[in-house]
Amino acid sequence: MKYLHLVWASLFRRKMRTFLTLVSIIAAFLLFGLLDAVRTSFDQAGQSANGAQRLQTGSKLSFIQTLPQSLEAQIAAVAGVKAVTYANWFGGAYQDPHNQVFSFAVEPNYLELYPEVAVSEEQRKAFAETRTGALVGEQLARRFKWKVGDKIPLQSTIFPNREGSKNWSFDVVGILHSTDKKSGGFFDQMFLLHWKYFDETTPYNRGQVGWYVTRVADVNQADRVAKAIDAISANSDHETRTQTEQAATASWMKQLADMGLIVGSIMGAVFFTLLLLSGNTMMQAVRERTSELAVLKTIGFSNGSVLAMVLAESVLLLVLGGVVGLAIASLLIPVVSAGSGGMLNLPVVGADSWLLGLGLMALIGLLVGSLPAWSAMRLNIVDALAGR
Amino acid sequence: MARLIEIRDLSKVYERGKQKVEVLHHIDLDVEEGDFLALMGPSGSGKTTLLNLIGGLDVPSAGSISVGGQRIDQLGAGALAKWRAARVGFVFQFYNLMPMLSAQRNVELPLLLTRLSSGERKKRAAIALQLVGLADRATHKPTELSGGQQQRVSIARAIVSDPTLLVCDEPTGDLDRTSAEEVLGLLRALNRDHGKTVLMVTHDPKAAEYANHTLHLDKGALVETAATA
Repeated sequence: MKYLHLVWASLFRRKMRTFLTLVSIIAAFLLFGLLDAVRTSFDQAGQSANGAQRLQTGSKLSFIQTLPQSLEAQIAAVAGVKAVTYANWFGGAYQDPHNQVFSFAVEPNYLELYPEVAVSEEQRKAFAETRTGALVGEQLARRFKWKVGDKIPLQSTIFPNREGSKNWSFDVVGILHSTDKKSGGFFDQMFLLHWKYFDETTPYNRGQVGWYVTRVADVNQADRVAKAIDAISANSDHETRTQTEQAATASWMKQLADMGLIVGSIMGAVFFTLLLLSGNTMMQAVRERTSELAVLKTIGFSNGSVLAMVLAESVLLLVLGGVVGLAIASLLIPVVSAGSGGMLNLPVVGADSWLLGLGLMALIGLLVGSLPAWSAMRLNIVDALAGR
Repeated sequence: MARLIEIRDLSKVYERGKQKVEVLHHIDLDVEEGDFLALMGPSGSGKTTLLNLIGGLDVPSAGSISVGGQRIDQLGAGALAKWRAARVGFVFQFYNLMPMLSAQRNVELPLLLTRLSSGERKKRAAIALQLVGLADRATHKPTELSGGQQQRVSIARAIVSDPTLLVCDEPTGDLDRTSAEEVLGLLRALNRDHGKTVLMVTHDPKAAEYANHTLHLDKGALVETAATA
């Protein structure tokens, strides 16, 4: 600690250069914080206490293949199944194809399997009684300024109605509120319509469902129940794959993108560039201070002390920039999440990310500082003082 | 007076590529404790090399150097660094202060190698600055000081850890006459009043007049000695 002022003063000897290097490090770790939040968000998708009790059953071939509605009764009869429901992907857009709305056609009991989604009893009843009724997530309603009683036109990206038009009309009868924003924030963006209305209106669907959701009585029996459900359709033309909600979500996400690989690749490129950039800064900084380092050695600083001071300077540079970058990411993430209108529900930069970030700062700092520190340690006093 | 430095059959050879250059040849020299010795000679005569060897900055190719009874030519790099920190103060021609540190912080540098507390380090640095007449410039950076003042800060840094030996390489080489005389007066005071042994390399005969003895080197060998004070 008693060398800290010396290390600090050396670091800011060339203020502009250090400032510019710090800006690059801040940018790199800001990106790291944001991308790590995206990765964590993907990893956490489907993880919840309620989600652990739910199984999802879809086609074994592809998630776009549908299953017969007749399976519902057979699944409900499997020992250990407490409740079962089903849904179809609707794929709606509001006014403009860019305004995509996460819309599912669901069975009336759908929300019974999702206790983390709150809807008033009155609105639940209205949904059950209104054929064209729709329940809308609170974020979605806020985004498009929808309210109960509004008639909403949605254009399906896939399904036409009987007239051959893809324009559908719905009546907003209730608003969905997720009670657990961390794991169920997705529902604040949802648009739920009646499966029966959907099935009877589009010629594309005749008694087919996209997937089943099952609640098991005992979480420990989930594997057995999943196997029993899949056994129902074994060797048929609609073989199924049943997974926990978390596994199904992860699998679906992975079909969209392998976030771990994407984040890892981007950060690898960013940190490699940072390594070269800050390495160059440190090399220059040490080269400029050759005579000063020689003086330190002259007055009795050991080779090890000089090595440690240059390494400390390099690590300090990385830690200063890295901590500021991650701190900005921590402040920015809630703003990004709020700004996305609920589309993104990024977790705050948690202890794991901070620890990983600090580890990276120390590692890059040591890597960056190792060569200049080695040169400083090996410096020959007489040659350096003579300017050779 | 006791003998502080004892040099026997000292030689130094540098290798420059494939060429070997013998800079010092078989030097024998004794320096008494409390002496003030000037080393003179033409460029390339080996003055700075001899000074570097006595100050433990370099190691001889042959021969021995004892300082205060210790064979410093037999010490390893780490032990030699510790020895320098405890026993030797260095003054350079171009002051070699840390530009980003204040005068006070520059003077404190050698004390970072001791176990002294921060408060004690500050106190001792303040005393050293007072001794060189720069107490009022403690917070100034080197660029805010004149050449003479920078050299006095450098002397304060050299004496702050109370070494026995002061090694000065052309301490007035970059100064005007007035500043040079101030610096030389200071070195003489440190020698006479505080008992420091001073070895000074200089080209300037007027500077050498401040020393008790002058040694002349030519082509790596001692050619004569003269008492000057």
